[in-house]
Amino acid sequence: MRRNQVAVVGAAETTELGVIPNVSQIQLHADAALNAIADAGLKLSDIDGFATAVETPQQVAHYLGITPTWVDGTSVGGCSFMLHVRHAAAAIEAGLCKTVLITHAESGKSNIGRTPRMVGPDSLNGQFELPFGVYGPPSMFPIPVLRYMKTHGITHEQIAMVAVVQREWAAKNPRATMKAPITVEDVLNSRMIAYPFRILQCCLVTDGGGALILTSADRAKDFPQKPVYILGTGESVETPMVSQMQTFDSSRAFKVAGPLAFGEAGIAHKDVDHLMVYDAFAHLPLFGLGDAEMNDREFLYGSLTRDVYSQGVVLGRKYHLLRIAYNVFMYGIVASVFAFTIATIFFAH
Amino acid sequence: MAEAARAKPKPTPETQHFWDGTRAGELRLQRCDACSNVYFPPRPFCPSCASRKVSVFKASGKGKLYSYVINHRPAAPGFTPPYAIAVVELDEGPRMMSNIIDCPQTPEALELDMKLEVAFEKLDDKITLPLFRPTKG
Repeated sequence: MRRNQVAVVGAAETTELGVIPNVSQIQLHADAALNAIADAGLKLSDIDGFATAVETPQQVAHYLGITPTWVDGTSVGGCSFMLHVRHAAAAIEAGLCKTVLITHAESGKSNIGRTPRMVGPDSLNGQFELPFGVYGPPSMFPIPVLRYMKTHGITHEQIAMVAVVQREWAAKNPRATMKAPITVEDVLNSRMIAYPFRILQCCLVTDGGGALILTSADRAKDFPQKPVYILGTGESVETPMVSQMQTFDSSRAFKVAGPLAFGEAGIAHKDVDHLMVYDAFAHLPLFGLGDAEMNDREFLYGSLTRDVYSQGVVLGRKYHLLRIAYNVFMYGIVASVFAFTIATIFFAH
Repeated sequence: MAEAARAKPKPTPETQHFWDGTRAGELRLQRCDACSNVYFPPRPFCPSCASRKVSVFKASGKGKLYSYVINHRPAAPGFTPPYAIAVVELDEGPRMMSNIIDCPQTPEALELDMKLEVAFEKLDDKITLPLFRPTKG
């Protein structure tokens, strides 16, 4: 994919965020979509490409009243929506559609109209993980953490720092659920969920969603919002079985996607002044940083951790929105499927 | 104690040999006849070289504690928290999820890289689970 051929021209979250007991999951999709369409100054009938995950694209497209000529239902966990950006850019470049809507939503807290997660007893997860007592993401995601800590000589205090820094960044977001500062001590004294992780190191569950509108660069300049051009992207997957990850201190998906994104963008690490890494559970940013080779170890775990975790200060509005789009609770299972679009979305023009 | 039973695996044609093995008191793995790769979970081809010529063999049942969590909440049906969900690295190479029995479910007792041996827990006439216990001596 060539750089700067496609741009984000609309971005929005749901009207409410946090606890929304009076709105179903599919309506959260629609609410975010309608807000994004308004942000882009478009009409529903302008949308000819549609992508979503967890819900099927045909379900949400029909609910919205869209008849697309291109759809993508890639559903590989919490990063699905970032993969949709990449796929949409390719589709627009190939001429399959002109204006793509991507929606994400989850009634994660209130559980209204949510698609049930089914793991059959004859699936591989059902045979080789479920019988051993895994029960939802908090019991699965942290399974590699102790091995990671031993391999790299990381203390409980050091890994707790991630949650402290996450909270600092959250406090800068007016729509964040949790904003009060916390300390390493707070993290280590919070309720145990799945040792070594305590509740402040586990993913929040949230009601809400987000949506993006993408179009080709030659059309993008006519939109009311300043376009966010896509410089480069990458994707991959690992495994939906945490026990079968190739290594316990890294994700193959991160390792493959990162260089692809850098390569497409034609930039180097030194050019990046803002980075967001999938951070559902508090070890994931460290895996992502390590796999992106953004830091040497001392830099990563030492006194600079606070600055490194989300490097730079370019918290433009769209960044917030894009972050939300892939940062809301990872529905699946999967320590498998991080992709990332680091350094990919720039105000390039 | 939770009355609900723990999740029970249902074998497929490709995994039946594994569950037949545990029922017979054997931990069975597969080895590629072409490239000697030992792999898990079961499938009738080698995920390393794609050869369909693979053999089932009885593994040693020995391994080490590779990583784990001690789950406090929420507990899965049939489990009383806190309980460890472990990943065992088998001597033959593959890793598998399991539980550690005959051992306190504490960070102090569950030392990474401790030696383990397989133990079989019968759930019913069809399904026996492979669990692990610290190797004696």
